[in-house]
Amino acid sequence: MKHLLSTEGLSLGNAVRILDTAEEMAAVGDREVKKLPALRGRTVVNLFFEDSTRTRISFEAAAKRLSADVINFAAKGSSVSKGESLKDTAQTLSAMGADAVVIRHWASGAPHRLAATDWIDAAVINAGDGTHEHPTQALLDAFTMRRHWTKLAGLPSTGADLKGMRVAIAGDVLHSRVARSNVWLLRTLGAEVTLVAPPTLLPIGVEQWPCSVSYNMDETLEKGVDAVMMLRVQGERMNASYFPSTREYSRRWGFDDNRLRALDSLGLKDTIIMHPGPMNRGLEISAAAADSPRSTVLAQVRNGVSVRMAALYLLLSGDTREPAATLKESN
Amino acid sequence: MAEQSADNGTNNNATAGSTGTYLIRGAAILGAGAEDLLIRDGIIAGRGTDLSADGATIIDADGLIALPGMVDVHTHLREPGREDAETVETGTRAAALGGFTAVHAMANSTPVADTAGVVEQVHSLGRAAGWVDVRPVGAVTVGLAGEQLAELGAMADSRARVRMFSDDGICVHDPVLMRRALEYVKAFDGVVAQHAQEPRLTAGAQMNEGDVSAVLGLTGWPAVAEESIIARDVLLTQHVGSRLHVCHVSTAGSVEIIRWAKARGINVTAEVTPHHLLLTDELVRSYDPVYKVNPPLRTDADVQALRAALADGTIDVVGTDHAPHPSEHKECEWAQAAMGMTGLETALSVVQHAMIETGLMTWADFARATSFAPAGIGRLSDQGRPLEEGEPANIILVDPAARWTVDPSTMATMGRNSPFRGMELPGKVMATFFKGHPTVLDGKLNTPYRHPADAATAPAGGY
Repeated sequence: MKHLLSTEGLSLGNAVRILDTAEEMAAVGDREVKKLPALRGRTVVNLFFEDSTRTRISFEAAAKRLSADVINFAAKGSSVSKGESLKDTAQTLSAMGADAVVIRHWASGAPHRLAATDWIDAAVINAGDGTHEHPTQALLDAFTMRRHWTKLAGLPSTGADLKGMRVAIAGDVLHSRVARSNVWLLRTLGAEVTLVAPPTLLPIGVEQWPCSVSYNMDETLEKGVDAVMMLRVQGERMNASYFPSTREYSRRWGFDDNRLRALDSLGLKDTIIMHPGPMNRGLEISAAAADSPRSTVLAQVRNGVSVRMAALYLLLSGDTREPAATLKESN
Repeated sequence: MAEQSADNGTNNNATAGSTGTYLIRGAAILGAGAEDLLIRDGIIAGRGTDLSADGATIIDADGLIALPGMVDVHTHLREPGREDAETVETGTRAAALGGFTAVHAMANSTPVADTAGVVEQVHSLGRAAGWVDVRPVGAVTVGLAGEQLAELGAMADSRARVRMFSDDGICVHDPVLMRRALEYVKAFDGVVAQHAQEPRLTAGAQMNEGDVSAVLGLTGWPAVAEESIIARDVLLTQHVGSRLHVCHVSTAGSVEIIRWAKARGINVTAEVTPHHLLLTDELVRSYDPVYKVNPPLRTDADVQALRAALADGTIDVVGTDHAPHPSEHKECEWAQAAMGMTGLETALSVVQHAMIETGLMTWADFARATSFAPAGIGRLSDQGRPLEEGEPANIILVDPAARWTVDPSTMATMGRNSPFRGMELPGKVMATFFKGHPTVLDGKLNTPYRHPADAATAPAGGY
């Protein structure tokens, strides 16, 4: 891999390698001195065209634990807000000697543009682009699921995939880069994915995706599910008539207290509840669900640092770079 | 194409009333048998075998096809206002090289071509350039704002003699305004060329809505946004008994609606661009904005339906929608990029590749779709004429056996945004005769035509 742009083209081998490396990185996080010298002297730029404090500090922590120099470049208050183009920004960072660019951008495909053009030669990591993909989020979700799934089976996490695991992803799939990245990665890892959403919040063309689609949350739970991932819903979607009201959304598609109780009555004692954050408590997830022992929300945050360390390490440490012929894979 | 001058006086710059004498030897006329064409003083003076003429420049057209000069119903020349993107001079040079002898310049300039003054300016810039006929298209509404009719009559009566009106780039979406425009242009035999795009269904749209947009996370541009407007407009056209032209048809569903309308006798014509005959939304997976265009590239099923429709005449004409942009408008994120592609210098080759080499059309069909029919839509009396004695000498010679690789950096247009970059395409325009004068010879730009009234003040030759 030269870049990490999407999970759509990520092979099973590379996906498992990132997750396994993340396990090793997690072990570092448990030590008193949470730091490795692996990327000493390398420069990682966090290039954020969209506000996202959580993702930015997660990448920053990951890079610092690997001893890389970190530069944070937020588009607001910078030359970007004065009209500088992505091309000029990229060439500027290139001239400053960036080895990796972690890019968050509101425009789908912006990381692909950086990787495909000669504007900059650095490794590009997509930290979320528009409504396209958010591959490190999907990897940290898969990491969290894999730990849970292998623990139930009494097996080691390292080397495992997610064969047989039933995952429901619920909410605004249409506008979700998290959902897209998860669908592709979970398919690759062998999980069975069901998308649960109002028809207005599913993209035209979703029938081609490697998953099933349901309009009914309760039926999906009744069929049995091992992980339920709730997606953030933005209240302003209501004004565009994607759904009639936030209350109706919450009743039909949200993970409320009734559904939390339903997991117990359905005998789904090991089902976990996931959320990429930030949560709208009371809209797509109730406070009780978010705070229940089933919730993996904080574990996801913790695992995010490990997964991002793994991605940075694999892309930047010279001896693990793959030969040019296989570099295209993640494009 | 060998060329020799029989005397020294004929192949220099055209002067008033005389564009010299040319004898084209052995061209396959509209792809049929080889004949000679004698061009004298702007007119086809003879057609037959073994013609001869004293003092004529002989053009050996062995292996070449003679076609009527192409007429583009849809060109963006960008002048006035965006001379950094294209000028009338550069755009019409590209047109001549592409085999055109007339182009319709769309109204979305700055200022908008919504008054007699602006259309006359564009018209006279075209005459001064002298590469092709520049026929300004007038805006339907003031400032393309979709609120109030522009002075269509004044533009029709102006020296530019506008007959085609369009808010191209923006749909005349208000049904009442569209109805009034269709009714009003009947007064001077005009036509409303509609950019069919329902604005609410395409708010923020970035690409065709379908399997690819779902994966790429780009806001979808549904086919129904085009089709619903076409359906409404053909019914309005029937109701008021007017004439409608549908710009750049891009979907299979649109083709079905137009076919239905024509079967009912509704006076509608339709256009397809070369890029919609060849490219699909799969290319958007690269996120390279060179593939960003309005209407968007669609699916292969749409491409096949458009080809069939052009072949059977449901779609009447090829229009390039030539839309040059400065590089900074394409070297950016997809969502930030401008929509549009260049097309004048690749149109013939793309249509040959997509329609003729697939066996769907003959060169005679090509002449219909690129010259006869578009001249009719624009009401151009001296363009799109048969290659017969006494007709205006707007003629191109094409080498159908040529193969070339598209390199936007060598084009005459200022735009470098060709989606065909790097493709090998067939067919090359070897000569373009505009009003009897060779604007292109040996596949290269020659000299512009000088209109008789302008000749006295024009610089002596050269460009």
